[in-house]
Amino acid sequence: MIKMENVFKKYPNGVTALNGVSIHIEKGEFVYVVGPSGAGKSTFIKMIYREVKPTTGLVEVNGANTSELKDKEVPFFRRRIGVVFQDFKLLSKLTVYENIAFALEVIEESPRNIRKRVMEVLELVDLKNKARFLPNELSGGEQQRVSIARAIVNRPDIVIADEPTGNLDPDTSWEIMRVFEEINERGTTIIMATHSKEIVNKMKRRVIAIESGMIVRDESRGEYGYEN
Amino acid sequence: MKIRTLKRHLREGVKNIFRNGWMTVASIGSVTVTLLLVAAFLVIILNLNHMAEKVEEDVIVKVLIDVAASDDDIKTLGDEIKKINQIESVVFSSKDEELDSLIKGMGKEGKSWELFEQDNPLNHAYIIKAKEPKDTAVIAEKIRGFDHIYRVNYGKEVVSQLFEFNKNARIVGIILIVGLVFTAIFLISNTIKLTIMARSTEIGIMKLVGATNGFIRWPFFIEGMLLGMIGSIIPIAALLAGYYYIVEKLVISVQIPFFELLPFYPFAWQISLVIFLIGALIGVWGSIMSVRRFLKV
Repeated sequence: MIKMENVFKKYPNGVTALNGVSIHIEKGEFVYVVGPSGAGKSTFIKMIYREVKPTTGLVEVNGANTSELKDKEVPFFRRRIGVVFQDFKLLSKLTVYENIAFALEVIEESPRNIRKRVMEVLELVDLKNKARFLPNELSGGEQQRVSIARAIVNRPDIVIADEPTGNLDPDTSWEIMRVFEEINERGTTIIMATHSKEIVNKMKRRVIAIESGMIVRDESRGEYGYEN
Repeated sequence: MKIRTLKRHLREGVKNIFRNGWMTVASIGSVTVTLLLVAAFLVIILNLNHMAEKVEEDVIVKVLIDVAASDDDIKTLGDEIKKINQIESVVFSSKDEELDSLIKGMGKEGKSWELFEQDNPLNHAYIIKAKEPKDTAVIAEKIRGFDHIYRVNYGKEVVSQLFEFNKNARIVGIILIVGLVFTAIFLISNTIKLTIMARSTEIGIMKLVGATNGFIRWPFFIEGMLLGMIGSIIPIAALLAGYYYIVEKLVISVQIPFFELLPFYPFAWQISLVIFLIGALIGVWGSIMSVRRFLKV
């Protein structure tokens, strides 16, 4: 599903973010990406949805070599990947419903399908009764659930989350993790960068640790391994 | 593209105009100012052109016939002149007709010339019009070689200067208009760029969830076109009202020779259409230029 072989990434400012990374992630896996700040986690994550391309090496996602994708193929490539951010990235002027529907509108889904699918994911993230609210009328946890709903409404094969609980208190974080668990149980691959020791240690999932742009640890039922 | 999607783009484009408030006002303002200038220049240049053409058309060659020439000689001369290729028309004007037109042309002062009706000192003449005004000099030279000619008049200096002036005026006018249009495109592309930067989050999310560049571009395209079209409303209104006033009120009260403006209908409406189209074009072009840079994946 996701394959990286000897991936190097050097930014134009001279920083080497990835330094020979090779990894395989299979369909349906739940993977934590851990490591100190500036270790290359974000670049690793961005590599997957082709926000960045490798300087050298191979990145293959859903069978597509990201270096060989043409610009006009990228939108279609991204429709199979959902992305969740620490800062939610919701459109403040749109309601909860509209924010989620937006992801389907831009890929030209039919209005009937849009209504059906949005209601489904609102149910999944337990926000059906807040569909007409604006993002700033919601708590942080609720906003993050909206952004997760938007990421999965398109039924992607992979969901990528870059510190999704970074801005949330512990209780709310667990709430969010339950949603990710449920999505994963339905067969979606989840890759999550996180700084939360509690979450990683409790969930007992595959852990990939990155330091100085290299994978220093890859355990199938791993621990966080750093002090918070 | 699906009709539904097109409707969505139209709706978004219109919504954006309201959403962007002051930015919209600024864009429309810059288009308005530019189009006002373009409209004014167009009107001035096209009218100058029109007047120049009029003057050019009025350029004639007047062949004064030697008083000693007999009626037969005059007729032969006329036939010979008609053989010249570049000539459109040859009209004979007797010396009495010449005096009449002289008296009329002088207005009140013409009265004193009436004395000469008894003993007309003028010559019979052929009045010649060229097919192309620029051939006037050539025609005059040819006729000079014929017999029974007293003099050939065509205002040599004036004609060549006039042609030169007209040519320069047209070039300057076109350069000014092109310059103005580019300034407007630059202004509107800058303003749209600002509205895009203000909405970069939205564009970022659209790209993230897999919107194609075309899909992202359309609403901006429509927004730009609408901005340009709205920006053309005030210039068109000003043009129609202003030109109507000048043609129907002002020009009639002041009489200046050769100062003949193009009639309000259809000229003012044609220019309005041109201004409207330039507005839409400026808007579309401006938005395309500024969106392009933002859409590099």
